[in-house]
Amino acid sequence: MAMVPQPLLILLFFLSLLSIVNSSPSQHIQIVDAERRIDLTSHIIKVYLTLKVENLGTSAASEVLLTFSPAEVEHLALLKAAATSGKRKKKTYVPLDVKSAEQPDGPNGTKFFSITLLTPLSKGETTTLEVLYILTRSLEPFPVEISQSEPQLVYFRDSAILLSPYHVKQQTTFLKTPSTRVESFTVVDPTKRAGTELKYGPYENHPPYSYSPVLVHFENNNPFAVVEELEREIEISHWGSIQVTERYSLVHAGAQHKGVFSRVEYQTRPGGTGVSSFKHLLAKLPPRVHSVYYRDGIGNISSSHLRTDSRKSELEIEPRYPLFGGWKATFVIGYGLPLQDFLFESPDGRRYLNFTFGCPLVETVVDKLIVKVVLPEGSKDPTAEIPFEVKQHLEIKYSYLDVVGRTVVVLEKRNVVPEHNTRFQVYYGFNPIFMLAEPLMLVSAFFLLFVTSVAYLHIDLSIRK
Amino acid sequence: MAQDLKPSISSFSLPKTLKLKTKQQELLIRVATLALIYVLAFITRLFSVLRYESMIHEFDPYFNYRTTLFLTRNGFAEFWNWFDSESWYPLGRIIGGTLYPGLMLTAAAIHSLLRFLRLFVHIREVCVLTAPFFASNTTLVAYFFAKEVWDSGAGIVAAALIAICPGYISRSVAGSYDNEGVAIFALLLTFYLFVKAVNTGSLAWALGSAFGYFYMVSAWGGYVFIINLVPLYVLVLLVTGRYSLRLYVAYNCMYVLGMLLAMQIRFVGFQHVQSGEHMASMGVFFLLQVFFFLDWVRHLLSDTKLFQSFLKITVTSAVAVGAVALGVGMASGYISPWTGRFYSLLDPTYAKDHIPIIASVSEHQPTAWSSFMFDFHILLFLFPSGLYFCFKRLSDATIFLVMYGLTSMYFAGVMVRLILVATPAVCLISAIAVSATIKNLTRVVRAKSPAVQSGSTKGTSTAKSSSKGVVDNSQPFQRNGAIVLLLGAFYLLSRYAIHCTWVTSEAYSSPSIVLAARGAHGQRVIFDDYREAYFWLRQNTPPDAKVMSWWDYGYQITAMGNRTVIVDNNTWNNTHIATVGRAMSSYEDEAYEIMRSLDVDYVLVVFGGVTGYSSDDINKFLWMVRIGGGVFPVIKEPDYLVNGEYRVDKGAAPKMLNCLMYKLSYYRFGELTTEYGKPPGYDRARGVEIGNKDIKLEYLEEAFTTQNWIVRIYKVKPPKNRW
Repeated sequence: MAMVPQPLLILLFFLSLLSIVNSSPSQHIQIVDAERRIDLTSHIIKVYLTLKVENLGTSAASEVLLTFSPAEVEHLALLKAAATSGKRKKKTYVPLDVKSAEQPDGPNGTKFFSITLLTPLSKGETTTLEVLYILTRSLEPFPVEISQSEPQLVYFRDSAILLSPYHVKQQTTFLKTPSTRVESFTVVDPTKRAGTELKYGPYENHPPYSYSPVLVHFENNNPFAVVEELEREIEISHWGSIQVTERYSLVHAGAQHKGVFSRVEYQTRPGGTGVSSFKHLLAKLPPRVHSVYYRDGIGNISSSHLRTDSRKSELEIEPRYPLFGGWKATFVIGYGLPLQDFLFESPDGRRYLNFTFGCPLVETVVDKLIVKVVLPEGSKDPTAEIPFEVKQHLEIKYSYLDVVGRTVVVLEKRNVVPEHNTRFQVYYGFNPIFMLAEPLMLVSAFFLLFVTSVAYLHIDLSIRK
Repeated sequence: MAQDLKPSISSFSLPKTLKLKTKQQELLIRVATLALIYVLAFITRLFSVLRYESMIHEFDPYFNYRTTLFLTRNGFAEFWNWFDSESWYPLGRIIGGTLYPGLMLTAAAIHSLLRFLRLFVHIREVCVLTAPFFASNTTLVAYFFAKEVWDSGAGIVAAALIAICPGYISRSVAGSYDNEGVAIFALLLTFYLFVKAVNTGSLAWALGSAFGYFYMVSAWGGYVFIINLVPLYVLVLLVTGRYSLRLYVAYNCMYVLGMLLAMQIRFVGFQHVQSGEHMASMGVFFLLQVFFFLDWVRHLLSDTKLFQSFLKITVTSAVAVGAVALGVGMASGYISPWTGRFYSLLDPTYAKDHIPIIASVSEHQPTAWSSFMFDFHILLFLFPSGLYFCFKRLSDATIFLVMYGLTSMYFAGVMVRLILVATPAVCLISAIAVSATIKNLTRVVRAKSPAVQSGSTKGTSTAKSSSKGVVDNSQPFQRNGAIVLLLGAFYLLSRYAIHCTWVTSEAYSSPSIVLAARGAHGQRVIFDDYREAYFWLRQNTPPDAKVMSWWDYGYQITAMGNRTVIVDNNTWNNTHIATVGRAMSSYEDEAYEIMRSLDVDYVLVVFGGVTGYSSDDINKFLWMVRIGGGVFPVIKEPDYLVNGEYRVDKGAAPKMLNCLMYKLSYYRFGELTTEYGKPPGYDRARGVEIGNKDIKLEYLEEAFTTQNWIVRIYKVKPPKNRW
C-alpha cells in the first residue's frame, strides 16, 4: 500500500469520499485535537490516541467512529477506549464500549470501529477520548536475513496523518523508537527527530480520510518472541487442585538468521553478537503455584528458575538453545494451583472458575490461543464469560479413571497480546457426589480382587478328586 | 534380604482367633516375602528416575522407543510392514523384518491395557517402566525355578538375590528400554518351564516352554543361547544315561512347536532350520528319535546280541546320514555357516581380527575381572559352592542348572554384555548355596539333643568343617560355631545388599544422554548438550535433512532429532558405515565428494574437549579409520599415528591434523580458553594443546554448537556455481 505514490493515494481517498460524504453522519462531528503516541520499543506496537471530539451537528451523537486501514485491522490485537474527565491529577478514566461498526467499508477497504459514548454528545459539546490499540507483527524486518553479528533493522509503516472519517483540525504523531539508531524516515513537514522520539506534526485542518504514508527504518533488537500456537489446558479437580498445562510453539519472528552460528563468538562476546537473539523468557504465574515443570518432546529442560512470593510467582525459563531469527522451540510448562484461589460458588449455587485468559509469558504475542477448561466429570451446562470476542465450543476428554468423560470448554482466540491477561469465568453446575465416583470405583475394584483371590483359594476346581 | 524379613514377620503376635497353622504361617510369610521382593526389584530400579527424570537411556532404547511410538500410533499391520526411510539413507531399512518385535509389542500391549483400565499414561512412561516391571516378574520366575530345582527356601533366596543383582540391574533400570529387559525374563521362564517339563514329562509344561521360547525369540537375538543350551543338555542327559520318556516328550514338544513359532518372527524366519547356529538342536532332535527307536526295538527284541548288531548298524547309518545331510546342506548353501557374531563368541579373538565393527563396541570386549566382581560381588564366591551342592544332589534339574551356569559363565567371560545372561544362573546357584548352608546351620542352632548332631553334619561343607573338630566335644561349642557362621553369612549378605544398592545408584542409573558432573563447589552440574543438539535439529532444519554422524548417534538422531541419518546403531551394512568412516577420515575436499554422493545436509560430531568428556568422536576416531580402511584401502591406519601413537597435539600426523573429523571437532576451538592457566585450545578430554588451531572450512559451515560444545553440527554448503 505504501508503494502507491503519496499524492495519488490522497486523491483516491478524496474521490471515493465524495460518494459517501453526504450520507455520512460523520459530517457533524469534528476532531478538534488528535495526539497519537506510537510506542515502537518492542515488537508489540502500542498506540495511544487522544481525541478531542466536538459535535457540530444539530442532533446528538452517541457514537464516535474510528477507522483503520485493512493492513492494520489484520494485525489489530486489541482496541480499548476510555472517556476522561477531570484535570491532570484527578483524571479519571471510564472505559467505553468499542465494537466493530456495522457499516459498509470506507474508501479502499477502510474498516470502522465505533465507540459508544457514555452520554450522547449534544450540539456544540466536546469530549476527550483516550484510545489504546495494539498492533502485532507490524514491524517488517529489513534486511530480511541477518548474520549473527548484525543488528536487526525493521520497517514500520503508518500514516503521518490520522486516518479518520472526520475533519481533523489539529494533530500530532509521536513515534518512540527503541534506540537512537534510525536509518531513515519519511519526512512530512513539519517532522522533527530528537533522541528516540520522532515527531510528525502538528498538522492543521485535514479533511476526512486524509492519508500520508510514512516509512521508518530503525534498529529494534528486542526479542521478537511469538508463540505461534499456545494451548492452555486448565483441569479442575474438586479434590483441591487445578492443573494447568501450557503447550507452546515459540518462534523468533524477527529477521531470519543467515549462515553460521558460531558458539565461540556467542560465548566470548555476549553483547556483540546475536543481539537480536534471546534465550530467556519470563512467565508470570499465579501465586502459590506448585509442582512446576518445564519440558519438551524429548524430556525435561533443566534450565529454569522459579521465584515465588506471596503475590506472584515468576518462572524464568531458557529454551534449550538461544533463539535466532526464524528458529523455533516447542515446550510445555505445567503447574498446579490451589483450587480455592480460583474456584468459587456463585449465589445461584453454580460453581465458577475465575482464571486469567492470556499467555503468561511477558512481552510475547500469541498468534493462536486455545484455552481448554476441563471441568470435573459430571459437570453440567457450562457457560463461559469472556470480556472479549472468542470462538467457543465443547469437547469431551477422557482422563484417569473417567467413564463418561469430562466436559471441556474450548475457547479460541487469534492475535493475543499481554493486555489480554484479564480474568474470565466459566460457570457450571456440579454435584459433589460425583467426587466420590472414582474412589468408590477403585475401592470396589480392589475389593473384588480380594474376594476373587479368597474364593480361588477356597474353591477346589480340579476335576480329579 | 529375605532372611532379614523372616524373623520380623514371624514375630508378630497374632490374635488367638486368627491363629494359623504352621503351614499356613509359612505360606503367609513366603507370599509376603515374595511380594516384598517383587516391590523391591521394581523400586531399586527407579534411582534413575529420581536422580534424573523419566526418560529413555542410552542408544538402542531410543530405537525401541521410536518403534513403539510408531506401533501405538499406526497399529500392528503398519508396524509389521514399516519401511523406514529415515535411517540408512539412501538404502532405508525394513524395520518390520529386521527387528525383534517382542519388546515393542509388550509395551504397546501394557499401554493399551492401561488405557482400557482408564489409566491414560503416556507410552513413554510405559516404556521407561517396562524393564523394572519385567525384572520384578523375573524374581517370581527365579523363585519358582529354584523351588523346582531345590526347595522353596532356595527359591526365596534366589528371588532376593536376583532382585538386586547389579549384573541384571545394569540392563534393567527404569529407562533402559532394551530387548534384554524382557528377554531375561523370557529366558528364565523358558528354562524353568522346560525343566518343569523334563521333571514331570507333561505336555502342558513343554507347551508352555515352547511359548516361552517363542516370546524369547520375539524379544532378543540371545534366543540362540536357548536353542543351543537345551540340545546340549539333552545330549548330556543322553550320554550320562539319564534318557527318559519325560525328556523325550519335553524336548520334542518344545523343539517342534518352538521352532514353528519362532519361524513366525520375520527376522528369524527360515534361519531357524537353515542356519548353522540352529543345527545342533535339529541334530539332537533326530538323535532323540533314533534313541527312541532303538529303545522300542530293544523292547521288541529279546535277544541282546541281535540288538547289539542292530544298534551298530543303526547308529552308523544314522551318523552317516546326518553327516552327509549336513555336508550337502553346507556345500549347496542351504545351510548357512555360522555368523561372525557367533564365531566371536566361540573364539574371543575372532572379532578383533575380522570384524572391527563388533570389536569397536565397548560392551563386546572381553570381561575384566573387576567387572565380574562389580556385577556379582559375593555371588562370585557362592557360585562354586552352589555348584558343589548341585553335584551333591544330582538330578535332571540340577544338571540343567549346572550346565546353564557353566556355559553362561564362559560367555560372560567372552563379552561384557553377556554377564547379563549369566546373572540368573549365578543367582540361582548361589541361592542354593546360601539356602543349603543356612538351613544346615539353623538346624544345628535349633537342635536340642546331641542326637541331631549326626543329622546336621550331612549337608553343608561349612557346617561340616565347623563340626568336624567339635564333634567329640560338648554341644554348645558346636552351636556357637554355627551361630558365628550364621552371623558371618548375614554379614556377607548384607554387604551384598549394600554393594548392590551402591552400584545401582552410582554406576547404573545415569542415562548417558544427560551427563552430570560435580561443580567446583560440589553442586551437581548437568550437561544436557545431546538433547539440545537433537532438539535443535528437530526444530530448525528442513524436515527432509540428512544428517551424517558416526553410527553411535544414529538411533538418537532419528528418535529425538526426527531427521534422516546415514548410518545408525543397527550396523547391518558394513560398507555404508565404512563410507562414513572414510568421509570422516578424509581431507575436507575428498569428504565433500563423499558427502555430496550421500546427499548429506548436516554433519554431527561429538566433542569433549571443553568439558573433558572422554567418549567423544576424537577418541573413537581410530575405529572409524579402521572400519573405513577395512573396506576402502585408501584409508590407512598408520597415516593417523605417529610412531604407533595416537595424538592430537602438535606432534600429530599431518593427515590427522587435516582430516574432516579433526577439523570439525576443533574448528575455532583454538580461540577458546578452556582452563585457567592453560593456553587457548587446550583439550581437556585429552589433556593437550591442540596441534592445528587455524582451521578453515571450505565446504562446510558451523550450523550449531551446543552450550558446552559437546555436540557440533555443521551444514554442508551447496556446490558452488560453475559460472
